[in-house]
Amino acid sequence: MSSFLNIIVSIVFHGLAYAMVLYVISVGLSLTMGMLNFVNLAHGVFAMAGGYAALWIMKTQGTPFVLALPVSALLVALASIVLERLLYRRLYGAGELDQTLMTIGLIFMATAAAHFAFGPLPQRVDLPPAITGHFLVAGRDFPTYRAFLIAAGCVMFLALWLGIERTLVGARIRAAVDNRSMAQCVGINTSRLFTTVFALGSGVAALGGGLGADIIAIAPGYAMEHLIYFLIVVSMGGLGSVTGAFVAALILGIGDTACKILMPEVGAFFVYVAVFVVLLIRPAGLFGRAT
Amino acid sequence: MTVQDNPVAAIETTNLRKKFGEIDVANDISFRLEQGGRHALIGPNGAGKTTFVNLLTGQVKPSSGTIHLNGRDVTSLSTDRRVRSGLARTFQINTLLRRLTVLENVQLAVLEQRRQGASIFAGKTAQIEAADAAYDLLERTNLAADARRVISDLSYGRQRLVEVAIGLALKPSVLLLDEPAAGVTPADSHHMFELIEALPKSIAVLIVEHDMKLVFRFAKIITVLVQGKVLMSGTPDQISNDAQVRDIYLGHRNHA
Amino acid sequence: MARGFRLLELLPWLALCALYVFLPELLPLGTQIIIMIIFALSLDLLLGYTGIVTLGHAAYFGVGAYTSGILAVAGWDGPFTGLAAGAMAAAVVGLVMGLVILRTKGLALLMLGMAVTLIFYELANHFQAWTGGADGLQGISVKPIFGLFEFDMYGKVGFAYAALVLLACLVFVRHLVLSPFGRSLVGIRENATRMTAIGVPVQQRKLIVFSVAAGIAGVAGALSAQTNQFVGLNVLSFELSGTVLIVLVVGGAGRLYGAFLGTPIYFAAQDILAKGDPVYWLFWLGLILIVVATFARGGVLGLYDSLVQRFSALYPAQLKRGNP
Repeated sequence: MSSFLNIIVSIVFHGLAYAMVLYVISVGLSLTMGMLNFVNLAHGVFAMAGGYAALWIMKTQGTPFVLALPVSALLVALASIVLERLLYRRLYGAGELDQTLMTIGLIFMATAAAHFAFGPLPQRVDLPPAITGHFLVAGRDFPTYRAFLIAAGCVMFLALWLGIERTLVGARIRAAVDNRSMAQCVGINTSRLFTTVFALGSGVAALGGGLGADIIAIAPGYAMEHLIYFLIVVSMGGLGSVTGAFVAALILGIGDTACKILMPEVGAFFVYVAVFVVLLIRPAGLFGRAT
Repeated sequence: MTVQDNPVAAIETTNLRKKFGEIDVANDISFRLEQGGRHALIGPNGAGKTTFVNLLTGQVKPSSGTIHLNGRDVTSLSTDRRVRSGLARTFQINTLLRRLTVLENVQLAVLEQRRQGASIFAGKTAQIEAADAAYDLLERTNLAADARRVISDLSYGRQRLVEVAIGLALKPSVLLLDEPAAGVTPADSHHMFELIEALPKSIAVLIVEHDMKLVFRFAKIITVLVQGKVLMSGTPDQISNDAQVRDIYLGHRNHA
Repeated sequence: MARGFRLLELLPWLALCALYVFLPELLPLGTQIIIMIIFALSLDLLLGYTGIVTLGHAAYFGVGAYTSGILAVAGWDGPFTGLAAGAMAAAVVGLVMGLVILRTKGLALLMLGMAVTLIFYELANHFQAWTGGADGLQGISVKPIFGLFEFDMYGKVGFAYAALVLLACLVFVRHLVLSPFGRSLVGIRENATRMTAIGVPVQQRKLIVFSVAAGIAGVAGALSAQTNQFVGLNVLSFELSGTVLIVLVVGGAGRLYGAFLGTPIYFAAQDILAKGDPVYWLFWLGLILIVVATFARGGVLGLYDSLVQRFSALYPAQLKRGNP
């Protein structure tokens, strides 16, 4: 009995940690898609870049992990602004197909570039001693790193939620998500707003990539391999919803972990079945707005 | 009054209601469009005219109430099935196949009306015949000169005319015209007036409009919609002499 | 779009005959190209004509491949029945999946399409006893074509067989897109609201074309199983979904012959640019995609069109009062 409880706790804990990483990476995509309906399949590239950048800064500059993360996130955010202005902007009015092709092209180029720069193998992560190891709660061992991820994810959710729901910028973002042309009529500079949100989303994704580097390994194929998970989180949660992405990530992270451990033969199918079921009942996602 | 004295209405709505959240966008609308009627629906902006049209066509599902088309209950019927039952509409904003020609746009409608739109075999003859019929229709509506031109090459006003032509191609028993004059320059609007006046007497026409010239020229009955409710229905004389209606349009209340 | 048969349409067949006669050492490659053309043709129905953007078309290729492969290994090894079985299985799967997938659009549709392919990939990986798992399904062989032509080791029979199947598929698809049904698909692509307003049951038609496209993809998959005598998990890979999309777009979607142009170009480009290093190829392919998406949306056929337009603007000819 107690060992069954142990397994459940372990599943929930690890699942939560995985969910938080998925969330932090995917929430940016949900926001940008909600605002502009741009099919950005290359979102994972920013997460990957964040991971590579953080690890590289740590290795070459000796920067501590906790500092390398925000620095790499900032770098990626800046790079994303350049990309947005030069490339993405040209395809805002274009159809889904062209956006799909362009962003797949980006994934390919990024994958090749990562391969050239860092080689084909997954990057080794040297976590700071402070967050490795275990700590005791109620007589049970919990891995510190996972707990750190859970804490970080919750903080990120809170920060984003407050930021979107409670600030002026957030109100503008919500307006633009709701009705872009009306937002423009009201005087909101949607073009600048979008670049801001894009940079924010990419930066947060980069943070997620670096944070989760030990559970989702940083390798050249990252963006393509995990694309489906980011897309599932976003569509299940509903485009443009910070809360939706959170709930979806929880369902997926915990559900996926649980099924893979409890039913290893069929565990891999859980994520797909889950998203099918959700979209059958609510085609716009759990927290999405039906158009 | 026996049932025979009361002919079946082309369109009849009974207590039609639509709520968006707490707001009654359509509030208990009971409306009748007679066979072969010429009926206009007017009202200030935000009165719910477009919602009403969308309720009739099936794009919006009512919260309660019923809609009957030629005596048949169509309340739960999908839009395309209502079209196949004889209800055609034009859109307030041109909704045409912009990269195709005028002829092709009308031809597709003819094919669907003839229930040949889904045919995979014996299609060549059907398409030629449909093209001929489409061309005839374009001649009758004075659009033949533009037949082979791509829609996006036409002026917005000419495109509005194509909208109506497509509606006619469907051989409907009821035609809903949603602000046909909207976006048409004064220079072109007489084409639209002519087209509407020449509509076959067998078709019941409901026109939603802001252009009062068009309304008074064309309508035998006018219904005024305000804030989702029917204020009154009557002949053009009755409507133009009604104090409440004058208030609304001269702006003592509901200036929307 | 001209309804009548144009002489230009004979060109691909002349090219195939020329290949057979003059470059017999390239026939195995030629067969692979033909299979991809059939696959891309099926995607063109969906993407080019109806406007349904999907990244999960490999699912139906794979279903067709494994169905005919498993049947052949189990003793039902007639070549044409194998094709039919592959087509049927894929069409049924397409119908069922389409019921869910087509209720969504945009990102959700893309994602669900991918998910379907991944599900089948996992299934194929899981049921190793049937599919051979990661090792693949081996030892597929089919009876001689028409009872006369056995597959030879030079690939001549395979090539001719594939060309025959391509011809049949092309005739079918061509007929379909020129029919009223096919024209209504274009209408749906251009403005679904307008089509509903003329009484078209849009969802139903999308479902039909989805199932038909899946069926033809299944034919391509079955053909692949029969001519390669092998089915690997890659028939259900995301990579294959991506490749067929790229091939079609490069050639030009919605033009029927985009598949015929794009496939050889892709294979040739891959041969040149992937020399030695597949990573190198990935980089260039990515760049080509970005360029095509930004500047050359209609693919090669689109470029040809705009060149023709510019040419006729420079040298205006008499306006022909011809076919619509």
